[in-house]
Amino acid sequence: MAETTYLEAIRQALFEEMHRDQTVFCLGQDIGHFGGAFKVTRGLLETFGPSRVIDMPIAESAIVGVAIGAALRGLRPVAEMQFADFVTGGFSQLVNNAATFHYRLGVSVPMVVRLPSGGGVGGGPFHSRNPEAWFTHAPGLKVVAPATPRDARRLLKAAIRDPDPVIFLEQKYLYRRLKEDLEQELEDADYADYADGAEGSGFEERGDDAVRASRTRARAEGEEEDSDLLAFGRARVARRGEHVSIVTYANGVGLSLDAAHVLGQEGIQVEVLDLRTLVPWDYEAVLKTVAKTGRLLVVQEATRTTGFASEVCAVVAELGFENLDAPIRRVTAPDTPTPSEQGLEAFVRPNCDRIVEALRWLLAY
Amino acid sequence: MVLSRRLEMRIVELYRQGVVTGGCYTGIGNEATSVGTALVLEGGDVLVPTHRDMGSHLVRGHTPLEIMRQYLKRATSQTGGRDTGLHLGREGSNIVGMISHLAHMMPVAVGVALAERMQDRRSVVLTTVGDGATSLGDFHESLNFAAVSKAPVVFVIVNNQYAYSTPTTLQFASKKLSDRATGYGMVGHTVDGTDVFEVLCATEEAVARARAGDGPTLLECVTMRMRGHSEHDDFKYVPAELIERWSAWDPVERLSAYLGEQGLLTPGARTQIEQAVAEEIEDAVHTAQAEPLPAPQSAVKDVFRRWDDRATVPDIETYEARRIRHG
Ligand SMILES: Cc1ncc(C[n+]2csc(CCOP(=O)(O)OP(=O)(O)O)c2C)c(N)n1
Ligand SMILES: [Mg+2]
Repeated sequence: MAETTYLEAIRQALFEEMHRDQTVFCLGQDIGHFGGAFKVTRGLLETFGPSRVIDMPIAESAIVGVAIGAALRGLRPVAEMQFADFVTGGFSQLVNNAATFHYRLGVSVPMVVRLPSGGGVGGGPFHSRNPEAWFTHAPGLKVVAPATPRDARRLLKAAIRDPDPVIFLEQKYLYRRLKEDLEQELEDADYADYADGAEGSGFEERGDDAVRASRTRARAEGEEEDSDLLAFGRARVARRGEHVSIVTYANGVGLSLDAAHVLGQEGIQVEVLDLRTLVPWDYEAVLKTVAKTGRLLVVQEATRTTGFASEVCAVVAELGFENLDAPIRRVTAPDTPTPSEQGLEAFVRPNCDRIVEALRWLLAY
Repeated sequence: MVLSRRLEMRIVELYRQGVVTGGCYTGIGNEATSVGTALVLEGGDVLVPTHRDMGSHLVRGHTPLEIMRQYLKRATSQTGGRDTGLHLGREGSNIVGMISHLAHMMPVAVGVALAERMQDRRSVVLTTVGDGATSLGDFHESLNFAAVSKAPVVFVIVNNQYAYSTPTTLQFASKKLSDRATGYGMVGHTVDGTDVFEVLCATEEAVARARAGDGPTLLECVTMRMRGHSEHDDFKYVPAELIERWSAWDPVERLSAYLGEQGLLTPGARTQIEQAVAEEIEDAVHTAQAEPLPAPQSAVKDVFRRWDDRATVPDIETYEARRIRHG
C-alpha cells in the first residue's frame, strides 16, 4: 500500500476540495507555477488555473484581507503564509477583522490560513515559529494543529468546509518525515470510543449517543456526513496507558510517543492524547485521561509562558484537581527566540529525553 | 444630504445628553462625498465605507431607525449592542461592516472585488479611507495588489485636512494624495469633495473604468472635518479661520443654493424636506429608545457560526453540577 507524507496529505486535501467545490481557491506567495516554498501547492495551478491559484505580492496583510473579502462574498479562500512567522504581517487582519465579523454582524467568514510552523529544521528566529497561542487568545478564530498525515488531510478538508476562519498549523518538520497509509482502516481512537472505557469523570453523556446525535443534527442542517472529514474538538488517543498521561499536539505527539515507547519497555504504560485542534479543544478527554492516570505531563514545542499548555494546566487544575496524584508538569521550549545553530536549537527544543525525565519524575512523586 | 446632516446633529445631541456613549464621529462637511460616491453605485455593487460615511449608509438603504438602534445599542440593532457607530452591514447586504482599525477594510474591498469577478458578476466595489489612513501599510498593500490584479475597485480618500489632531502636513509629503496613484500604476484624481456634482462625475468615471475591467482608481475628495475628531474633542488645534473658510463651502448649503439658483428648489420645498427629515429622525429616536437593550447573556453568543456549546470549557460550578447530575 502506498504511503502518503504529511505534506502530500495536505496537498491531496487541497486537490480534493478544489475539485469538489468551485468556490474553493488558494492564494499566497509563490504558490502558482513554483508550487509554494515547500511545494504543498504543486500542480494546483496547472489543474485549476490562475483564477483559482493566485500568486500574490509579498503583502501578508493584503493576502489575509483579500481572503476575508472573498469569504464574505461566497468563496472559500485558502491562504498560505510562506512561513508561519510571516503571519505577523497579517495578524491584525486575522484577529481584528476575520475574527469579529460573525460576532459583530452575524456574517460568516469561511476561510483557512495555512501556517507552515515549528522548528527542528535550523530555521532560526524567523522561520521556526509556533504561533498557536497568539491565535487561541483571539476569540473568533478556530485553531487546528494536526500531528499525522491522516489527520492533516481530514482536518484541512473540514477546515475548508467550516463556516468560520480557521488557522491551520502544519508542521514543516513533519512534511516529509511522516508517512502513513491513508487507505488503511484504522481504529478511530477518538474521544467517542474512549469515553466508554474510562471512569469517574462525569462525561458519560458525551459517549457514542451524543456523537450520533450530533451527526443527526449535522445531517438535518444539510451538512453532508463524510468520514473523510474530522470534526474539530475531538482528541485522539495516540497510545493507551494506565500509569501517566501526556497531553500534546502537533510536533509534541511524535516526541511523546517516542518517550512512551522508551518507558513502555520498562513496563510503564504512558497514555498519549493528541488534541488535534486547540479551538475548540477536547478538555473532556483531557480530564478523562487525568481521571484515569492521576498524573499529567503537557508537552508543546512552543515557548513556555502563556502557551497553550498553560491553558491545559489551568483547566486541569480547576476541574480535575481531585484526580491529580502529582503536580502537573510541562515540557516546552524556554522563553527565547528559536536559535538557528543545530546545537542551540536542540538545546531549547523539547525532546524525547526531556519528556522521559519528566515522566519519571511524575511517576516517582 | 440633509438627512445625513440632521441625523448626525441629532446623534451629537444625544451624545451630549449621555444617551449615546463611546466614540461619536460625524461626517459633517463630508456629505457631498459620502452621498455623491454612493449614489453612483448600482444595486449589485458593494460599498465598503468608513467611519464618517453616514451619507453612504443612507443612500445604500440603511434607515435612520437602523442607525439609531445601533447608536443606542439596542437588542434590535444589527450588532445587538456588540459593536458601535457605523459598523453596519449584515450578511447578504451589499455593505461590508467596517472595523475601527484604519485602512483595514481596503484589502477586504479588493477581496470582495476579486470574488465578484471570479463569480462572473460585474460588480464594482467602492471603499473609503481618510487622509490619515493613507499612511498605513494596508493602504499600500491594497492599492498595489488592486492595480496588479486590475480589481474593479474605486478607492476614495476623504482628505478632510486632519487625522484626529494631526494635520496633513505631518501626515504626508505628497502634493496631492492622488499623485500616489501613479506609483501603483493606476489612475488618480483629486476633486472638490464639497461639490456633489464634481464628486458624482469623478465617481462615475471611476466606476465605469472598474466595470469595464480597466482596473482601480484612486479618487481624492478634498473637504474639511467641521467638528472634532469625536464629540469629546473641542478641536482647538484647528485654526478658527480654517473652519470659517470652509463654512462657506458647506456641501449641503452649496447644493441647496445651486438648486435654488436653477429654480429646482424653492424655499418652501427646502422647508418641507427639513420637516420630513426631522419627523423621520424623531420617529427613529423614539422607536429605538422604546426597544430593549440586549440581554447581558447574549454577550457570550455567536462568536462562531458553527460551535457546539459543549466545547466551551465550563466554570467549576457548572462542571460540578453536571458531574452530580450524571453520577
Ligand atoms: C490602526 C488604527 N490606529 C489608530 C486608530 C485611532 N484613530 C481612529 S480615527 C483616527 C484618525 C483617522 O484620520 P483619517 O484617516 O484622516 O480619518 P478621519 O477621522 O479624518 O475621517 C485615529 C488615529 C485606529 N482607529 N486605527
Ligand atoms: Mg482625516
